[in-house]
Amino acid sequence: MQQIINFLIRNKTTLLYLLLLFISLLLTIQSHSFHQSKFFNSANRVSGNIFQTASNISSYFSLRAENKSLREDIEKLRNQLFNLTYLDSLEMDTTNLQYRISVGRVIKNSYSNQKNYLTINLGSKQGIVQDMGVITAKGILGIVEASSNNYAIVQSILNTNSNINAKIKNTSYFGSLTWDGNDFTTVQLEDIPRLVPLMVGDTIVTGAMSSIFPENIPIGVIKKFDLNTSQSFYSIDVALFNDMTNIRNVYLIENLDRAEILELQNSIEDGQE
Amino acid sequence: MGRNSIFIHIVRFVLLVLVQVLVFNQLNFLGFVNPMVYILFFFWFPIKENRMLFIGIGFFLGLVVDLFSDTLALHAAASVTIAYLRPAMMRFVFGVNYEFQSFRLSNTTRVQQFTFLALLILVHHVVFYSLEIFSLSNLLLLLKKVLFNVLGSIVLCTLLSSLFSPEKE
Repeated sequence: MQQIINFLIRNKTTLLYLLLLFISLLLTIQSHSFHQSKFFNSANRVSGNIFQTASNISSYFSLRAENKSLREDIEKLRNQLFNLTYLDSLEMDTTNLQYRISVGRVIKNSYSNQKNYLTINLGSKQGIVQDMGVITAKGILGIVEASSNNYAIVQSILNTNSNINAKIKNTSYFGSLTWDGNDFTTVQLEDIPRLVPLMVGDTIVTGAMSSIFPENIPIGVIKKFDLNTSQSFYSIDVALFNDMTNIRNVYLIENLDRAEILELQNSIEDGQE
Repeated sequence: MGRNSIFIHIVRFVLLVLVQVLVFNQLNFLGFVNPMVYILFFFWFPIKENRMLFIGIGFFLGLVVDLFSDTLALHAAASVTIAYLRPAMMRFVFGVNYEFQSFRLSNTTRVQQFTFLALLILVHHVVFYSLEIFSLSNLLLLLKKVLFNVLGSIVLCTLLSSLFSPEKE
């Protein structure tokens, strides 16, 4: 006993180091618990406020460019609106809508890590919850991972954990969109079967399989494609439409039918077991 | 450690964290080079202090940086490692005479200070990026990130440490 205590006292620094290292490794490796911890991300009050203040200051320097991009966005939407063949007020009633959109601003962006997260200035007070889709005017951006009262964390598509249903535009061939961590302008589309005719430059959009994103939100264009090692599926490099280094205004999409869809899917899975 | 110097360390802690997360984490030079200047805290921290306290503070500093950069606990793991290995590094760089009472960082040569700083940065970055990438299949990416980030951190830390040298008064 005496020897054990002596050993502990003699090596107390090493033991403390090993303990702290173990704690940090535990926190790192259990990354799936990320969204469960309310405090352990940059959406908490302290860091959220600091990023908000910094963003308030720095956004003054890009007001002109931001204005321009918003005007272009409005122009595009107006064009679509006035060219709709029907404009029945009943059809446009809010009770008939499947998706609800909120507009937010990115206060912290990141694209140089393996697991990139963005922080935005909307939180659960504004009705932001986990698993809402996030897009910009140009294309898809990510999925809400966690939200605090006033801020939310978005898992970027530039995250090695990210996995989003995507398809080739105007077809029904779908695959999953992932990121290999190499280049922030390029993501990877997997699981497209070999028989699909592909061209460099084909547009990739979100698929209909997801209850998070609406169908046909632009993602990017095919940059190059190869058959994977098993020779039966393509692995495709997709050049993103979004410039991930320069993102300010984002749209958050809430699928009002999502709860119903999930409930239905769960009931089938329960029945099969 | 007098009350005055505790205050200096707290201010230094806060300022280094703020500069790190607000400026250098957003730098993204070449798309992936983000110098980590908060390592200077480990460079400047007094040598005679309690080692356990130092390891504890190092862990806390890393954790705070993690909170701001959404990196789980990668910074904490790397920081606690360099806090633990610092005495060994100092013995390697300065020889046995760093254990004498009269030893001060400002009395050592420029080359020694630079080697010490570079060693801290190198170990920190190797730990950080190996944990971040965490697969041997991306070895090339790992080496690329470590190499360029070590260079970036060394340049900026050297500049900052010569601007704000604390022991020159």
